[in-house]
Amino acid sequence: MESHTEEVSRKSKILQALEDQNTSVSFDDPLENTMILNMGPQHPATHGVLRLLIQLDGETVIGCVPELGYLHRGYEKLAENSTYHEFIPHTDRLDYLSPMSNNTAYAIAVEKLIGIEAPPRAQYIRVMISELARISSHLMFLGSIAMDVGALTVWMWSFREREKLYDIFENIAGARFTTSYTRIGGVAQDVTPETMAMVQKFIEEFPANLEECEKLLNKNRIFVERTDGIGVLSRDEAMGLGVTGPCLRACGVSHDLRRANPYLVYKDLDFDVPVYEGGDALARYYVRMAEMKESEKILLQVLEQIPTGEVHAFKPKKVLPRKERIYTKMEELIHDFMIVNFGVEPPVGEIYSAVEAPKGELGFYLYSHGEGYPWRLKIRSPSFVNLQSLPTMLKGCMISDVVAIIGSLDPVMGEADK
Amino acid sequence: MRLWRRTSLNRCRLLQVSVNQKVIEQLKSRFGESNIEANEFRDELTVVVPKEIIVDVCRFLKDDSTLKFDLLADLCGIDMYTPAKRFGVIYNLYSLTSHHRIRLKTFVEEENPKLPTVSTVWATANWHERETYDMFGIIFEGHPDLRRMYLPDEFEHHPLRKDFPLMGIPGSLPLPKK
Repeated sequence: MESHTEEVSRKSKILQALEDQNTSVSFDDPLENTMILNMGPQHPATHGVLRLLIQLDGETVIGCVPELGYLHRGYEKLAENSTYHEFIPHTDRLDYLSPMSNNTAYAIAVEKLIGIEAPPRAQYIRVMISELARISSHLMFLGSIAMDVGALTVWMWSFREREKLYDIFENIAGARFTTSYTRIGGVAQDVTPETMAMVQKFIEEFPANLEECEKLLNKNRIFVERTDGIGVLSRDEAMGLGVTGPCLRACGVSHDLRRANPYLVYKDLDFDVPVYEGGDALARYYVRMAEMKESEKILLQVLEQIPTGEVHAFKPKKVLPRKERIYTKMEELIHDFMIVNFGVEPPVGEIYSAVEAPKGELGFYLYSHGEGYPWRLKIRSPSFVNLQSLPTMLKGCMISDVVAIIGSLDPVMGEADK
Repeated sequence: MRLWRRTSLNRCRLLQVSVNQKVIEQLKSRFGESNIEANEFRDELTVVVPKEIIVDVCRFLKDDSTLKFDLLADLCGIDMYTPAKRFGVIYNLYSLTSHHRIRLKTFVEEENPKLPTVSTVWATANWHERETYDMFGIIFEGHPDLRRMYLPDEFEHHPLRKDFPLMGIPGSLPLPKK
């Protein structure tokens, strides 16, 4: 008691001394202050090298500025200096979680520019690899969003499934990660019956394994409460910001390029386009879970319907000939030499071709001057455009929701930074 | 439930071509015959317009109830490397209702690469225009935040210009100070 009164008198003495010196004292209220928090570029929850500058009022986010470019490799400049074939391996490195979709998107774009079409078997193979890539990409999303909100088991389980997919890719293309599988006018090589059996086995086992993961999350109170109503994007905002893919379908817009502008053989396949109305992180999770099941349906139909035949279009001056024919036929040797050295030389013109990649609309704009090199190649990457909606979604949320929102957006920086 | 069959492919193509014709007619009647230059390649319509009316054309295409190009799928620059029309800006539009695509194009001169922004029409143009500025040095007047998108602010060059060498310019990217 005594020490307390001593303390008070000491304080009042200090205040008295300050007042005597004619000074004014002011105290900052910590809640009235805004604070700038730098998140990334090296941060486990930013899925790569995304840097965010977040303005905080206490724990509430009042503003956010994303900074991109930490993974910028200048692919568009490289494309202008390489032939159409030489650019295929670079497309693997765009969205490195689904390289097969990028390969397919690029091959379709160049084929449209040249004016050729891949044979039916190659088209079915492309649908198959695109859907496998979609499942692989969405599984990555599932694992990472669960880990971002604190459920580590799902991460392990989804990676167990992705491991099987990588084994399939290894069998199809010879590489697990950077596949470079498609060629202009077809695919690198035919798929073997062994690979088909692997895909069949994967589809049979997959629903039960996915359900296991769903059981851990769908009624998990922590997961639902950390994603429900978080990062809401309205329908008009999403359309104005150009958001595509699962993020747009979670806002109640039924838009899927596979259905709206069917490419490959999607018009012959039966599948649904899942749409949710919420526009929040939970809706984006539900859309992706439903999409995986639709992909599985598509894969089943592909396995049933896939025709036999060539996997290369027969266009000698546009499509690389087969190795065995190069070694035995003079004509093919000449064509191979010309295509490798001077490129496929499409006519003068420009096209824009887009496919529904796992993250959204992946488009290629090509401008040809009639040479073997594209005069201009523009990559319209879904992650880049979707990331632009981040400041809108983060506004007003809590600092701990930032990781959940980035996770639900599922950006890949390789693609956003090009 | 098979929504699209192979036999309907030809009909789809005819539909695409007729929509292209409709867009050209509407634009010509609205903005005058001389301002609209249209060409088609692989059934894709490209409309070249002067840069002065680009915002009006975009707003018209977005708001017109019969056209409704409500999604700006992509915006990019191109270096034509000719003195008269050095840089081009390309707008790839998409309609979520009719699922149709068209492309707008406009040119700016080498000495004065400026044109009005369309970020007031579509919010998504913001980052696309920043990227175009970064890569080509095209200035979008009225843009809310015209900074470089990918490269550091100290960088002086615009790498996608055709006169920028593939291997870069030595010493142009300063290292961080110790």
